Amino acid sequence: MDNKYFKEILETKDLSIGYKEKRGDDLCLLSGLNLTIRRGELVCLLGPNGSGKSTLMRTIAGLQSPLKGRTLVEGIPIKERNFSEIARLLSIVLTERLQVGNLSVYHIVSLGRHPYTSWMGRLSDKDESMIRWALEQVGLWQYANKFINQLSDGERQRVMIAKALAQDTPLIMLDEPTAHLDLPNRVEIMHLLRSLAKETDKAILLSTHELDLALQAADIIWLMSKNNDLKIGAPEDLVLSGSIENTFKNKSFNFDRKSGNFIMNYQKKQKIQLIGNDVMGFWTRRALSREGYQVTSEETDNCSIYLIEDRMEWQIHKDGKVTSCASIQELLLRLNKYL
Amino acid sequence: MQNKTKIILFVSLFVLIAFFLVVDLILGSVSIPGEKIMAILMGEDVKASWNYIILNFRLPKALTAILVGAGLSVSGLMMQTLFRNPLAGPYVLGISSGASLGVALMVMASVLLPGVFGVVYSFLGSWALVVSAIAGASIIFIIIGMASIRISDSVSLLIIGIMFGSITGAVVNILQYFSDPEQLQSFIVWTFGSLSGVTWNEMRLMAPIVILGLLLSIALIKPMDALLLGENYARGVGISVNRTRIWVIISTALVAGTLTAFAGPIAFIGVAVPHMARAIFGTASHKVLLPAVVFIGAALMLVCDILSQVPGSQTTLPINSVTAIFGGPVVIWVIVRSRSVKASFS
Repeated sequence: MDNKYFKEILETKDLSIGYKEKRGDDLCLLSGLNLTIRRGELVCLLGPNGSGKSTLMRTIAGLQSPLKGRTLVEGIPIKERNFSEIARLLSIVLTERLQVGNLSVYHIVSLGRHPYTSWMGRLSDKDESMIRWALEQVGLWQYANKFINQLSDGERQRVMIAKALAQDTPLIMLDEPTAHLDLPNRVEIMHLLRSLAKETDKAILLSTHELDLALQAADIIWLMSKNNDLKIGAPEDLVLSGSIENTFKNKSFNFDRKSGNFIMNYQKKQKIQLIGNDVMGFWTRRALSREGYQVTSEETDNCSIYLIEDRMEWQIHKDGKVTSCASIQELLLRLNKYL
Repeated sequence: MQNKTKIILFVSLFVLIAFFLVVDLILGSVSIPGEKIMAILMGEDVKASWNYIILNFRLPKALTAILVGAGLSVSGLMMQTLFRNPLAGPYVLGISSGASLGVALMVMASVLLPGVFGVVYSFLGSWALVVSAIAGASIIFIIIGMASIRISDSVSLLIIGIMFGSITGAVVNILQYFSDPEQLQSFIVWTFGSLSGVTWNEMRLMAPIVILGLLLSIALIKPMDALLLGENYARGVGISVNRTRIWVIISTALVAGTLTAFAGPIAFIGVAVPHMARAIFGTASHKVLLPAVVFIGAALMLVCDILSQVPGSQTTLPINSVTAIFGGPVVIWVIVRSRSVKASFS
């Protein structure tokens, strides 16, 4: 640590982001931003496409100049620094896939030490131990001598996170780090980032589209909406206040505050009574609502469905007749015939 | 690949270069025994004509081959990394086209403006071609340099370089159309490339410039490695991409421009050798690739020079054709076997 210990790693002061136009007025996306990220915090920047997530990330990282205001990392203003000084304050992980294959994992992570090495790029003992530590943190030390093209997409992203760790900066910024990954890898990366923030006391800022993962992993969410507005809060606060619902409102789906999920809006068909609870009830209810039925627990004119949980059986009761089905697929087929 | 294997490879390449150098000195239209050559190199006075041939003809030619091979390969390597393009070479920026334009103007435009060029030609004498090539290359280089400050993405720069190549090529064509057969021939002979045109006098200018360019590229190893991750990651680890781009262009223009001026537009080596180095050493790290392309380029160019003399005959083939005819299949074989192009530019 340097002479001063900053509780806030990132601060923006009256920051305005957008694009400078050569003629006419500047295109301002957001203004008057006073954002902070504290030590050990994982912040997720959420928002629909076109809300200015990348512009905010680029501005904070110093790749784009702000229209007004400034960004401080550990009290140092980014704008007045050159690339190599910024590289000691913040490290970045990008969405783009690496275009080079025949470089070893170790070599790639060692590039994170560039801000600290001489013009020849010679690695000192300290550099080497940082690289090892970074690779151990992401669980890839045993892959150090492998080539990057021998790794899966999830492992490649972990290598880039190790590169950012090796860069030894108080702030790590990740631009949609889970964009190309499958579900298990997405969950793993988010989990890794959260524990890294807690264990290393770094500030981690990431932009993402993964609302459900962000709700589970983030300490703070920065929620951008299309009408030039940024809401900040703990994920749960933003859900309770309805901000998330409003931001992602759409004709074809809704955000359900109770479950934290998106629910697609289907056309409404008949009402159906469903008797039965628990896991089987939950999934049957989902299947029925996907088909457009309105599911209730009260009696209806149409039919009732009873769940026999110990036999995994579904019974359709209609006009005194009982039909049993062995799967949800069969149940839906029969209902289509009856109604 | 283990470090030990790499060291063995480098040592064997070095031995190969030494071997080819000796062979290159032995072979020629006048046969001089090998042990006599050693004596001549040690400074002994064996036979006046032999001494002259070895010291003033074959030795500068072999050194030129080494400088051309090493210099063009290093320029090609840097261009391929900067533009992230496996087809890039030292000439993608139009520098050799600029040099050709200069030479074409000098050789052929004397028809159009006999007075002016006649005076220039008589003034410069044997340096006329070199000076005109350097002037042509410098003009294109200055234009590209100004463009590279204004334009911040490398792909646009690549396209601009290729466009300049086409424009100057067209002007050269027009000049050819209007020129005498005699002048046309001396221009075409220049485009064949030649290693034997360099005397010690010219070597005094060529060698320091090429060596300066090579030293510059050593200083560029670190930023070039970062550029392998893409321009954004390179900025993220503190590399100024613009500054790196300008230095790469300066060093390439110096090396490729000078070599073209003295030895003609020798294509192929600059594109091919970096691929061979990647395939043989199996890495994209510039700390390994830079010395590797220097060694491989020098060795390959020496072999091409040996072959161009058609051992056992009096004929000499144009070096530009030899590099492509001999080197082409070698590179195809290396690429097919190792698939390293895909690994480097996926």
